[in-house]
Amino acid sequence: MEAVYQWLLAPFLDFAFMQRALSGSLLLSLASCPVGVFLMLRRMSLTGDAMAHGILPGAAAGFLLFGLQIVPMTIGGLIAGMVVALGSGAVARFTVQKEDASMAAFYLISLAVGVLIVSLRGSSVDLMHVLFGTVLALNDAALTLIGLITVVTLISLAIFWRALVAECMDPLFLRSVSKLGTPVHFIFLALVVLNLVGGFQALGTLLSVGLMMLPAAAARFWTVRVEPMCLLATVIGMASCVSGLLLSYHFSLPSGPAIILSAGVVYIASILVGSRGVLGTRNRPSRHRTA
Amino acid sequence: MAEACITFSDLTLGYNNHPAVHHLTGTVAKGSLTAIVGANGSGKSTLMKGIVGVLKPIAGHVSVKSGNRIAYLPQQSELDRSFPARVVDLVSLGLWPQRGLLGRHRKEDGEAVSRALVAVGLEGFEKRPLDTLSGGQLQRALFARVLVQDADLILLDEPFNAIDMKTLSDLIALIKRWHQESRTILVVAHDFDLVREHFPEALLLARQPIAWGDARKTLAPENLLRARQFHEAWDESAPWCGPDATHDHAGGEHHHHHDEHHASNAIRQGAA
Repeated sequence: MEAVYQWLLAPFLDFAFMQRALSGSLLLSLASCPVGVFLMLRRMSLTGDAMAHGILPGAAAGFLLFGLQIVPMTIGGLIAGMVVALGSGAVARFTVQKEDASMAAFYLISLAVGVLIVSLRGSSVDLMHVLFGTVLALNDAALTLIGLITVVTLISLAIFWRALVAECMDPLFLRSVSKLGTPVHFIFLALVVLNLVGGFQALGTLLSVGLMMLPAAAARFWTVRVEPMCLLATVIGMASCVSGLLLSYHFSLPSGPAIILSAGVVYIASILVGSRGVLGTRNRPSRHRTA
Repeated sequence: MAEACITFSDLTLGYNNHPAVHHLTGTVAKGSLTAIVGANGSGKSTLMKGIVGVLKPIAGHVSVKSGNRIAYLPQQSELDRSFPARVVDLVSLGLWPQRGLLGRHRKEDGEAVSRALVAVGLEGFEKRPLDTLSGGQLQRALFARVLVQDADLILLDEPFNAIDMKTLSDLIALIKRWHQESRTILVVAHDFDLVREHFPEALLLARQPIAWGDARKTLAPENLLRARQFHEAWDESAPWCGPDATHDHAGGEHHHHHDEHHASNAIRQGAA
């Protein structure tokens, strides 16, 4: 009993920085895992990745002007992310080019600008900090920000749920009964940016997308309905945060990669043993029904 | 003359300045059942998109009388069959016109969905994931969604493709039921015999309207022959169509053509 306590609870009970890290990352899972499910279902999994790069110049500009501070870096990241999301979304909606190409173009430009800005002032250590985050050093401002982002995301998802599902399932149908299709697409892209920005405090721009996509990708192997899929992804995300932080604490590992790798383990396990995974579908059943 | 549900006035629809539906004028009466026929590329689907408003006209107008709710079943559905949803979830999308974004789905809505599934012969399919349906079953589910939409104007783009006899006769029966409920229905179809047998009216398109009115008269051999003579391909050097071009010698023949079509169109409508 004592060992279990020492292993699982003591780190969070004894250290304020661990409590902050835990609450920050759990809040983040609550919002970004359902967003990740929709990203995956819209076949935009890599868009999250691209968008995470797109945030960099804004965050870097904030860093250049105000140093390593949460608020300016976040606002900068938000602006850069929105420009990339709305710009590439608009090109895809209103020209012949598809979203994958326009997104690639916009994020590459954005990433180049970002690296340029970082190099103007910082050393490569600073760049590492921007890219990989510091979940163990979340301050009050950062926690408040993550909390706000979570609330905004969950409320938006609740309001636009039906439109978002319709837009994913049958976009042409939605266009024939409502004018919400295009607005809902952009609202969704805005939520993606918001959550990536929320995540980059804790995990960095590169890994924040991991907490979004890996739980969603894992949940896909377990259920055939979108509501349980979102719930399951959130649970997987939260479990990965707890496990990642504990691993980080006990083995002195960097916290961001530890969280993402925990989710990665769940993903690989789901591929294998999930009800719609390899073993579930490859294994020929020994018996079948007559109808 | 019955009340008009859709009015086309000199409507031209197309892509990149090339017309796919050229100078269509006329009305679709409320409560009518019309088949839209014509070769591939003759503008049938384009016309449907124009009516729904997904495609904006290059010239002219199309107006659907206000207060008419539209249900549209496209030829190439953008439905994502891998989306994690069940048949009931798909059919429940049809509740959008009544409940919109935030309206709560009520008990009677659930009953309407169940009734629609029974009506298309998909009883017991409620919980089936979309990716386990056959082509015909999916088409039935999409018809169920149209049923749930409870629309006044129903547009079906090639609903009979790749469907067995049983499903076909079920779907025809549904269309006839809608017709009896005096909904306005437009159906894109390729099978002339089927059109002659089941549709009171037909519109024959070959980019221009060739004939429009009583289905049997519209599908008369001389009309079908004329419909077959149109060139499907775009001509990049085709003269511009419009009042400025009327004196252009090269454009003369072209204009001659659709004046003639206008005239024949008017005559046939009068005859209908």
